[in-house]
Amino acid sequence: MEVPILKQHEFLIATVQAALSDADLTLLRDALVERVGKFRSRGVIVDVTALDVMDSFASRTLRDLAHMIRLRGAETVIVGIQPEVAFAMVQLGLNLEGVATALDLEEGLAFLDRRARKSIGQRSRET
Amino acid sequence: MGSALVKLEDRKRFGSDSGAHRPQGAGREEHVPIRSDMDIVGARQRGREIALMLGFQGTDPTLIASAISELARNIVQYAGQGEIVLRIVERDGRRGIEIVARDEGPGIGNLDMALQVGYSTSGGLGLGLPGTKRLMDEFEIGAPRGLGTTVRVVKWKK
Repeated sequence: MEVPILKQHEFLIATVQAALSDADLTLLRDALVERVGKFRSRGVIVDVTALDVMDSFASRTLRDLAHMIRLRGAETVIVGIQPEVAFAMVQLGLNLEGVATALDLEEGLAFLDRRARKSIGQRSRET
Repeated sequence: MGSALVKLEDRKRFGSDSGAHRPQGAGREEHVPIRSDMDIVGARQRGREIALMLGFQGTDPTLIASAISELARNIVQYAGQGEIVLRIVERDGRRGIEIVARDEGPGIGNLDMALQVGYSTSGGLGLGLPGTKRLMDEFEIGAPRGLGTTVRVVKWKK
């Protein structure tokens, strides 16, 4: 099942709506990495509220996604990891090291807003 | 490695011998063929359904689904195809779900290494087997080189 990607101003929002196969996850990663350039986005939100399981493959793919997006000059935040999914991830020894996470979409947008403002501030100081 | 396979035979006997005392549903099993990554999702969703039906609560259904996901992925990744058997089990009045992941792939070269965190021959995180072991109450593996891999795990209801 393909994950819809929404463009909202300078951000991209991908909302996972059902369990994802490995191929779906890889497609999502590649699509976001491509579109962040196409739309010149500053940030990406991946909403995993509906994800039933976050296993080692899903964790690795999301981590790769976030690192690739960073290399493209934007920030990624994963939102909506459910309590039981977080519990299973910890038991499995999985972490999303180096990847920003937030409680939900609202918090994710607030995080990216702060980030965007900070980088604009830096840029104006440099000039 | 031979011993793990013997244990699996014991389990089969246990399954058929306890017939008379079996509560409704115990011993019932479902075979989910695993042929591609698409089947991983189906297997873990069926496992979650059975766990919920058995009355597993809280984080347990997700832990069980996560374990199935890891085991099914190992089949796809290392053997190409195989099956996941989901079975309702009972011991000492407690019910549980048993998951057997079976394939006829290359087996595991170094079983001790494969059970260590961070060891992987596929470029993965090396968390699949040791992580699955932590998620479940019982864990057994038999993987004689060239003869396929069988992993059996059980989660008991609290």
